[in-house]
This record gives sequence, structure tokens and C-alpha cells, in this order.
Amino acid sequence: MHKHPRARLGALLFAPGLWLVVAYLGALAALLVTAFFTIDSFTGNVLYRFNLDNFHDMLTDAAYKNVFLRTLGIAVAVTVICTVIAIPMALFMAKVAHPKYRKILVALVLTPLWASYLVKIYAWRTMLEPGSGVIDWLLGPIGIHSPGFGGSAIILGLSYLWLPYMILPIYAGLDRLPNNLLDASSDLGAGNFHTFRRIVLPLIFPSIVAGSLFTFSLSLGDYITAQIIGGKLQLLGNVVYQNFSINLPFAATISFIPVSIMALYLWMVRRTGALADL
Amino acid sequence: MPDNGEVIISIRNLSRKFNSVTAVDDVDLDVIAGEFLTLLGPSGSGKTTVLRMIAGFEKPDSGTISLAGKDVSQLPPYERDVNTVFQDYALFPHMSVAENIEYGLRVKGVSKVERRAASEKALEQVRLSGYGDRKPNQLSGGQRQRVALARAIINRPSVLLLDEPLGALDLKLREQMQIELKELQKELGITFIFVTHDQEEALTMSDRIAIFNKGKIEQIASPQEIYERPRTSFVSEFVGKINKITVGGEEINIRPEFVTIFRTESTAVSQLKGRVKDVIFSGAVTRYLVEADRNPMIIANNAHDSIEVGDQVSISWAKDKEFLVK
Repeated sequence: MHKHPRARLGALLFAPGLWLVVAYLGALAALLVTAFFTIDSFTGNVLYRFNLDNFHDMLTDAAYKNVFLRTLGIAVAVTVICTVIAIPMALFMAKVAHPKYRKILVALVLTPLWASYLVKIYAWRTMLEPGSGVIDWLLGPIGIHSPGFGGSAIILGLSYLWLPYMILPIYAGLDRLPNNLLDASSDLGAGNFHTFRRIVLPLIFPSIVAGSLFTFSLSLGDYITAQIIGGKLQLLGNVVYQNFSINLPFAATISFIPVSIMALYLWMVRRTGALADL
Repeated sequence: MPDNGEVIISIRNLSRKFNSVTAVDDVDLDVIAGEFLTLLGPSGSGKTTVLRMIAGFEKPDSGTISLAGKDVSQLPPYERDVNTVFQDYALFPHMSVAENIEYGLRVKGVSKVERRAASEKALEQVRLSGYGDRKPNQLSGGQRQRVALARAIINRPSVLLLDEPLGALDLKLREQMQIELKELQKELGITFIFVTHDQEEALTMSDRIAIFNKGKIEQIASPQEIYERPRTSFVSEFVGKINKITVGGEEINIRPEFVTIFRTESTAVSQLKGRVKDVIFSGAVTRYLVEADRNPMIIANNAHDSIEVGDQVSISWAKDKEFLVK
């Protein structure tokens, strides 16, 4: 086997390759195919006959359009909020904090990821509970009230959940950014704001894009947060979840929306060249 | 060195510690307008820290730095009329060469047309005309060095700080850049403060050299004086080879190239006698290792074909080339 490096490589990659092709691409292909089937409205059985009815329903029904736009808006809002919070945090961690505290700060950013998703969202539920929640109890006296369950709560909850996924790539990007570039900018007369805008931001843009891939895609696909703190609000994930047992082909069709958006997003990101140095 | 002798930078009682290590220890230094001053010393001697404090990247623990009569020691780098050429160039990788060079002018709000004209002139001065549209990663080390230089001089600072700018270049390029830098400095009339650990580089380029050791300046003088009249034993050893010999109970220091040797049968007056232990030929000079009255000596001289290992030799030197050190 040592004489056949190609065979060795093949053997090494066989298992992950199989996983990628069967479990990942296979599932995606099954999804694609299923979206074009329909169900027998009497029996509820899947009819394996190719047609575009599901896509027609999805595109013509205003309710789905609203869910789609709402989901997209929430994913964008979460991504923007995470970026705005993550940049100063990562800047502090990578460039301001003493080097010996950096690893501790990274660990602290990671700690929320060790707790279960459900625990965290239920914790937000008790905090957001209108009237009796922690937010109303603590901040009510100074005039700040819980937004209640709904879109704002979902944005808040998802921003909290996905923030570490934005901080870490930006931190890594800033960590790689040589300090002497910042010195050079300052030396050439640029104040801190100018240095940030002209030097730091362009150079960490690929890291922000990497982080946004997480925050954006995780938000697009979420349905549990919406169920627990979203009130009556529905996201695409909820529609998929509800149709899963009663109309599988339609659920597959709906789930095509986030997949297509992510494909489009990746393509746009690729065009900017941000993925090249990732 | 320029003749008017006006002091552009005046440093008094400057100190800086990093944790418990004293990097700069109560340094006084006057830099004269228009001179090429080199801060020379081994790594960790404090020369780079002094430069970084002049630039504003480090704040002193105590002491003052005056630039053109004004105390700047607490000002941020962007409020000081000095520019730096960094050791590893620190070019902005996402900008073209022209954008890099124009950065300082852009920050100041100079119009695009003026910027372009100025950057083309600066590129010409560093002999890189036509490279404006390239990205830094498309340039060789020497070219990046020139861009870094152009980016700094375009702002016409009153003082240019150079932090081991030639350290990353190979020997031949380094020697060429030494000459070019020196010429550029004369042409621009800007004060250069140049940090290096390479004593030959310092001797070649400088009007004056400040020798740093353990956070203090041991001596500041012209290259010739530093070389021929070093005041301390550290300086004498750092800027070249030295023979420390004891003649008649008195310790004498003498540079190898000021010593001449003869075969013993020669009639010249000699100060010492010795035996050749080794002959090292290195092109322009030949070095002889000689054991003279229990003093091991190095003698660098034009080759004497006739002197070989094991020969008895007479050794002599001009009295005025001897020096004493602390």
C-alpha cells in the first residue's frame, strides 16, 4: 500500500466521501425530487408523479410570501446585530486585552455553546415573559419593558444564540491582522476611526462573511426559537415542520427557499472574493 | 552633518519598562536637524523602543520627547510630524502600491489629482516608476522596501524613523539600498533616525551613531570617532574587532587593521614579537592570528606572501591609534 499513494489516499477518503455523497448530497437530492411530487388529498399518501403544483402554491399564496420575507428579514437583522456586537468584542479580545487573557476570553465566548439550545431559549422565555418576566421585573421600574413574544423576541433570541459564531471568525481575522499595519496607519496620520474604516474593516471582511454564513443560515432554518418565544409568528422552518407529517412534498418545496437563498448568498460572497483567503 | 546644528528632537530622562524589564533607562539624546543618526546596539538594547517612543507607538514611563521644541511624548502617532519605515514594511495588503503611498495624503484630505502627482513623484524618487497599480504581494522584498520608503517620505515629515529597514534584504541588495538611502536623505534634507544592529551598516551610512547597551547610550559620536576612539569597552567590541593587549603592565586597545607585522629579520622598529598561529585569507585583507608575549592578537593587513604559519614576526603600530576604554 505504501507504493500506491493514490490507493492510500482513496482508502483514507472513502468513508468521509461516502458520508458526503450518501448522507449529505443524497439527502439534498431526495429533497429536490420530493419537492416535485404531490399527495393524494384523500389518503394523504405521496403520489410519485412529477408536477409543479407545490411550487405554484408556494409562489402564489400571499401567506407564504409573508413568511418568506419575515424569515429573510429576521435572518438579516440577526446577522447585522451579531456583526455590530461581535466586532468591538473581537477587537477587544484580539487587540486590547492582555495576551495572557485572550484564551480565557475565547473560552468565555464559547461557554454558552456548551449549554443546550433548548435551555437557553426557555431561559429567554422566562426573561421575556410580559409582566412577570425578568426583564419587566428588573428594567420595568426604569421604563424598559419586554418586547413580548414575537419578531423582536426571535431576533433577540437568535442574536444571542449565534453571536459566538460571529465573534470567533472575526477574532481569528483580527488575530491574524498584524499590529504594525495599525501602527503604520496611525503613523501616516489616521485617527482610530479612519484606521478602522480603511484598514481593519477591509481586512477582516472575509471573517465577517464567514461569520455571517453561520448566523444567516442558522437563522433561516430555525423553527424552535420561533415556536418558544415567537408568539404566533411563523418562520419558514415552522411551515416545514407543520407540513412534514401531513404533506411531505410541500414541506420539501418550502425548505427549498432557504437552500436557494444560501446558494445565492454563497455565490454573491464568492463574487466579492471574500472566500478566497478564508 | 548639516552645519547649523539646530536640534530637532530633544530627548530627556526617557525611561520605559516592559513588565519588570527596563528597556530604556534614563536616556538623553539630541538629534540635529538634517542629520543621519543611527541608533546601534544588540537586540534588546533599547534602540527600537526609543524609536517607537519617538513615533508614538509606545508611551514613556517618564521623561520627555520634544519635537521642534514641543513636547510630544503624550501625543498619539497621528499627531506627530514624523513617519516610520517599518522593519517588515507594513504595507497595506488590500491596497495598490499607489494607494499605499497616497494613504497619508488621503487622510489629510488632499485631492485625488494632487495625490496621484505626488505618489508618482515619490515612486520616481525610489526608482519604482510604473509600479503604482501593483499590489504589495506582487513585489520583491527590495521593491516593498522602496514602497514603504515612498509612503513615508511623501508626507514630508520633519523626521523619518527607520526601524531596521534593510534587515530582511540579502547582502547585495542591502549594500545597494544603503547607498540609495544615504543619497535620498541628502536629496530630501530630512532628518533620518535609523535603527540597526549591523555595525558596518551604521558606520557606512551615519553622520552620527548612538551606541545602545542595556537601555542606555554608551557613546554618541561620528562613525570615525566611534571606531577609532571608542569610549567604553562595550563600544570598542561592538563596532569591530579589537585587540586587548598588555604591554609592560599597561593595557592597550588597538584595532587589527592598524597593526602591521614583519618577518623578524626585518629592520623596522617593533613593539612586540610573536609567532603566527594562523593565516586567514579573505580577499581584500588577510588576517593573521598571532601569539605575542602571551597576548593572542588578530592582525588584518594586506597580504604578506612571505608570512606563514609558525613564522616569528615583529609587530608594530602607530601610537596614536591606541586607545583606552572604561
